[in-house]
Amino acid sequence: MTWFLDHVGQVLTLFLTHIRLAVIPLVIGMVLALPLGWVARRFPLAYPPIITVTGLLYTIPSLALFVLMPLILGTGILSDTNIIVALSLYTVALLTRTVADGLAAVPDQVVQAATAMGIGPLRRFFTVELPLAVPVISAGLRVAAVSNVSIVSVAALLGIAQLGSLFTDGFARQFLDPIVVGIIACLLLAVLLDLLIIALTWVATPWLHGRRAA
Amino acid sequence: MISFTDVTKVYPDGTTAVGGLTLEAPTGQITVFVGPSGCGKTTSLRMINRMIEPTSGVIAIDGRDTGSMNPTELRRGIGYVIQSGGLFPHRTIVENVMTVPLLLGWDKNKARATAMELLERVGLSTSLAKRYPNQLSGGQQQRVGVARALASDPPIMLMDEPFSAVDPIVRDQLQDEFLRLQNELGKTIVFVTHDIDEAVKLGDQVAVLRVGGTLAQLATPDRLLADPYDDFVADFLGRDRGYRGLAFASAPALAIEPETSVRLGATPQEALAAAAGRDWLLVVDDDGAPVGWVEPRKLREPVSRGFLHRGGTVARQGGSLRAALDAALSSPARRGVLVDDAGRLVGTVQARDVLTEIERGPQVSAPAEERIEDTP
Ligand SMILES: Nc1ncnc2c1ncn2[C@@H]1O[C@H](COP(=O)(O)OP(=O)(O)OP(=O)(O)O)[C@@H](O)[C@H]1O
Ligand SMILES: [Mg+2]
Repeated sequence: MTWFLDHVGQVLTLFLTHIRLAVIPLVIGMVLALPLGWVARRFPLAYPPIITVTGLLYTIPSLALFVLMPLILGTGILSDTNIIVALSLYTVALLTRTVADGLAAVPDQVVQAATAMGIGPLRRFFTVELPLAVPVISAGLRVAAVSNVSIVSVAALLGIAQLGSLFTDGFARQFLDPIVVGIIACLLLAVLLDLLIIALTWVATPWLHGRRAA
Repeated sequence: MISFTDVTKVYPDGTTAVGGLTLEAPTGQITVFVGPSGCGKTTSLRMINRMIEPTSGVIAIDGRDTGSMNPTELRRGIGYVIQSGGLFPHRTIVENVMTVPLLLGWDKNKARATAMELLERVGLSTSLAKRYPNQLSGGQQQRVGVARALASDPPIMLMDEPFSAVDPIVRDQLQDEFLRLQNELGKTIVFVTHDIDEAVKLGDQVAVLRVGGTLAQLATPDRLLADPYDDFVADFLGRDRGYRGLAFASAPALAIEPETSVRLGATPQEALAAAAGRDWLLVVDDDGAPVGWVEPRKLREPVSRGFLHRGGTVARQGGSLRAALDAALSSPARRGVLVDDAGRLVGTVQARDVLTEIERGPQVSAPAEERIEDTP
């Protein structure tokens, strides 16, 4: 406890870096997964390869991916970009299938009705299919968020500072306090992100909780 | 007018859904496509607004080949109603109805005002406007579906089994309201159903389709019931065709007998005197509308609604032979009650007089509005 009070500033900095490294890839991965999921849903032939390839991405160990990134991207080994790109890939891996399945869960009647009214494919995607897929996509997003928070810590092994550094530090010095603080901070961050996604989903789906529109 | 000329649809898997359809859906009328499941009704309907492209043949609207039109614009000019409404679950009722007007670039306030007006027109309280579809009953959702299709006042409406997901009583109501609405609006409507009774009730003309998507018969409902083209059509029409066909035979020349009646509140003595020895006596309300029958000999206190026998149906004078016959057969006195357009008692007819009229031959001209009332 005293250790924590003495290092509040440092922990806070690590916390903020951790958020940045976890959330930016979440957003990037989400944006990339939308068109991929749409293609997978739209063209039945594309579904198996897209889902298989994105699924395989997730099985690459994170440490390996982090180490590979500088070789592929030509970035420095300590660059944040490595982490952001690698985690974006993981997010895409998790969310492509979710997006495709979420779109598939939109009732056919509703899509047909939209088409029959002269709503073109692009407009239909953004105004009808995507909003109705929000609950499913949000569930996937929550998994991806938690997964990102935990994978980011691994990057501490490469010397990229974030909450994971508290684990490597504590381990190197055989000192428990930073490890405990690191775990609590990671948990806190995961819970906060989760709550944020739940709240956003709630706001985006008024029809699911019987609220009347304003 | 919508015209099909030798239209076929073969799906990529080789299924021939529509096998050479040629017919016309006249302007301002209801054309019903009816037939067993899989006979290509939905496919035919969706080729009109090009949600499905024909494999060959031409579909034209007022002489213009739809194949040459922009599909999106074509669709915005055609109302479309499907089973369960196909409403947008994430939009409120009024937003659902405003969809097409907004797509067409209407001013938001005008779109909203029009939507509100339409909701009332299809029999919905505007207090429902801000609800979401899942907060409405099936029948209400179906009404919203109709309102949404009417929102931009398109001249053409396509309806795919719009009333099949609701219970029979609500369905009957929706059908009656739909006919009333169509009387005012005069849209060109193509209506798909697998229910032959619905087809006969709603259609100005009925196209019976066979599996494989070919036309078995195209006729007005009365012609269809009177003269099915072949065994398939006859089987599909089902039993009681003769009786059902009477709904389209008007009964102008029936021998109507005056019927003595008493008002609600009449004493047993008054009732006995009025009945003049007959077993059953007709009771009317203060407006002269028949409300039911009583047996004066069993009466111990003044006539009230609680005593009434309500089994008999009421037919409109000048209505159909079917309604008149039904009134006579369902009346405990075997005297069928006829009323005028305002619902006031005109007199009664006997079943044998109706049958005599039937035997004099078919006057096959559809009465203006055919309804069998269910009281008394
Ligand atoms: N996309 C499709 N691909 C292949 N075959 C299809 C497709 N859509 C419909 N069919 C087939 O075409 C035939 C006609 O289908 P359609 O939906 O038009 O029938 P329907 O008369 O509307 O039937 P129902 O009363 O069951 O709605 C059926 O045999 C159906 O299986
Ligand atoms: Mg169908």
